[in-house]
Amino acid sequence: MIIEEIMKHDIVTLKPGNTIEDAIELLHKHKIRHIPIINDSRKIVGIVSDRDIRDASPSILFNNEHSNYLETQLINIMTKNVITGSPLDFVEEAAAIFYEYKIGCLPVERDGKLIGIVTETDLLHTLVQLTGAHQPSSHIEIKVPNRTGMLAEVANIIKKRNVNITSVLVYPDKDERYKILVFRIQTMNPTGLIADLKAADYIIKFPDIPGGLT
Amino acid sequence: MSSDSIFIYSDQFTRYHFGNNHPFNQIRVKLTFDLLSSIDALSPNQIVKPRIATDTELALIHDPNYIKAVKDAGSGILPEERALNYGLGTEDTPIFQGMHDASALLVGATLTAVDYVMGGKAPHALSLGGGLHHGFRGKASGFCIYNDSAVAIKYIQQHYNARILYVDTDAHHGDGVQWSFYDDPNVCTLSIHETGRYLFPGTGNVTERGSGKGYGYCFNIPVDAFTEDESWLHAYSTAFHEIVEYFRPDVILTQNGVDSHYYDPLTHLSATMKIYREIPKLAHKLAHEYCEGRWIAVGGGGYDIWRVVPRAWSFIWLEMTDQKQKGYGEIPEKWRRLWQEKAPITLPDTWDDPENLYPSIPRKLEITEKNANTVLNALYPIRNYRK
Repeated sequence: MIIEEIMKHDIVTLKPGNTIEDAIELLHKHKIRHIPIINDSRKIVGIVSDRDIRDASPSILFNNEHSNYLETQLINIMTKNVITGSPLDFVEEAAAIFYEYKIGCLPVERDGKLIGIVTETDLLHTLVQLTGAHQPSSHIEIKVPNRTGMLAEVANIIKKRNVNITSVLVYPDKDERYKILVFRIQTMNPTGLIADLKAADYIIKFPDIPGGLT
Repeated sequence: MSSDSIFIYSDQFTRYHFGNNHPFNQIRVKLTFDLLSSIDALSPNQIVKPRIATDTELALIHDPNYIKAVKDAGSGILPEERALNYGLGTEDTPIFQGMHDASALLVGATLTAVDYVMGGKAPHALSLGGGLHHGFRGKASGFCIYNDSAVAIKYIQQHYNARILYVDTDAHHGDGVQWSFYDDPNVCTLSIHETGRYLFPGTGNVTERGSGKGYGYCFNIPVDAFTEDESWLHAYSTAFHEIVEYFRPDVILTQNGVDSHYYDPLTHLSATMKIYREIPKLAHKLAHEYCEGRWIAVGGGGYDIWRVVPRAWSFIWLEMTDQKQKGYGEIPEKWRRLWQEKAPITLPDTWDDPENLYPSIPRKLEITEKNANTVLNALYPIRNYRK
C-alpha cells in the first residue's frame, strides 16, 4: 500500500504571512494539530504545530503583558526544515519516518507542490486495516521453524478447511530458530483447523492452557 | 396486561440447519422445549407460534440485494463467487435449501415477541430461535444470516418509538447489533464477551464506545479467557446496574448466548450453570425496576447443545415465569430417556453442575483483577458523567 492511497487531499494550509491568531482559529475549527505553510506556488516552506503555537504563547502566569503575540507572523515560529514524503512511498516507509524523526504528520509533495497530508492517526488506522483486525475473524498464532516454505505449508492446511484468510503477519520469535505466523481467519469455529495443525505437529498459540498462553 | 409471559416456539426452527457437522444446531430449542415440558413449566396458552418476517421488515437492517442473494442461494441459483461476497457458502454459513424462509422465521419469532411485549399483551417474552447477533447489513457472518435482534430493535423504534437497552452475554462479541446502532443515542448496547485477542470476531474492545451522537451509548467488556463465574458475574452485575440507571430504557432486550460454559467447545471462559441462573434473574429485576417489566429475551450461541443449552435456556423461562423452584435437583428421567439415544454424550442428571467441574485455574487473581479493571474502564464515561 502506498501513501497516495491513504493521504488526505483536503488540506488546511496557511501562508508565512498569516498570524498566530489565524493558525489558532484553524486548529480549533478543524480539530487538527498541524498546518503546512505554503507559498503562492503551493511549495511547502514550513509547518506549524499546536506545540509551536504553545511554545510561542506567553505563560498563563503572566497576564496581559504580551497580548499582541497573536499578531506575530507564522514565518517567525514555523519549522522551516520540513520532512516530506512522496505519494509513492510505502506506508511502512512512512511509519519508519514518523518513528525515526518523532513527528506527528507528513506532508506529501509532488513536483515541489503540496498535494496531501498523512497523520499518525491515518497511519494507525491503516495498520489496523492491514492487520485485518476490523473484520470479523478468529486469530491464530503458529510457531514454526525459521525455514523456507513453512508459510505455504500452513496456508495449505487452512485451504483444505476451505477457510478464507483475512490477513497474515510473519514476525520473528524470541528464539531466532523460529518464526511466529499470525493468521486472521474468517470463521467462528477454528477448532477443526486447530486440530489439523496440531496433528501436523505445529505449536499453536491459542487460549487452551489455563492461566497462560505459551 | 395479561400476567402470562410467552414462549415463542415452532418445530420449524430446525429448518435453519447448516448440516450435521456444524456446531450451530437449532435442535437446541426443541431440547429446551421438551425439558420445560417435562417439568410442567410450559402451559399451552403460553406458547405462541412465530410469524415470518416480511422483506420490508428484514430491510429495516439488511440490504435488499443481500436479501435477494439469500433467497437465490436458498433456491440454488446464486453463483458461488457472488455468494462468497455476501458471506454465503462459507464454512460458517453454508448454503442450504430454503435458507431465506428458515432465517426469516427466526426474525419473525423475535418480532412476535416484540409485538406481545410492546403491545402490552405479555410482560416478558422469550424467543430462543433468535439472538443471531453476527448478521451484518449485507453479509452473513458467524453462523448468522439475518440479524433478528437488530431488525427487532429498528422495528421497536419504528412502531413503538421506545428507547432500547440491548444486553448481550454471548461469549462472542455482539458485533452485528453494535455496528447497526453505533451512532444511535436511542439504542444502548452492552456486550460482555471473551476478549477478541484470539476469539471470533476479534472486535468488542473497551474503546468501541459509539460514534457521533451515539458516542457513549455502546459498552464493551471483553473478559479474559478462563474468567470463571465470580469474575464474570461481577462484570455483568456492575455494568448492567450502572448502565440501566444511566440510560433509563423503555425496554430491555437480552441476547442469551450460552457459550461461556466450561463445556462449550468454541470458547474458553470456564463458567458454570451458576451464571445462567443469575443472568436472567438480574435482567428480570431491572426490567421491573426501570421498564415496567418490559423484557424480551432471545437465544444466541451455545455449542454444547446437549449438556449446557437446554438447562441454561430453561432457566430464562423459569425466571421469567417465577417458577424457579422447578429448576433444582434432578433432571427428569423422562427427558433424558427421550433424548439420550440421539445424544453422543451422557445427558446431565442434575440442574446444577457438579462441584469441581474442572481443575482449578492458575493465575485466577490476575485474571479477576484484570477483568475488574476492564469494567472500570468500560464504565468510565458514566462515572465521569455522574460526578
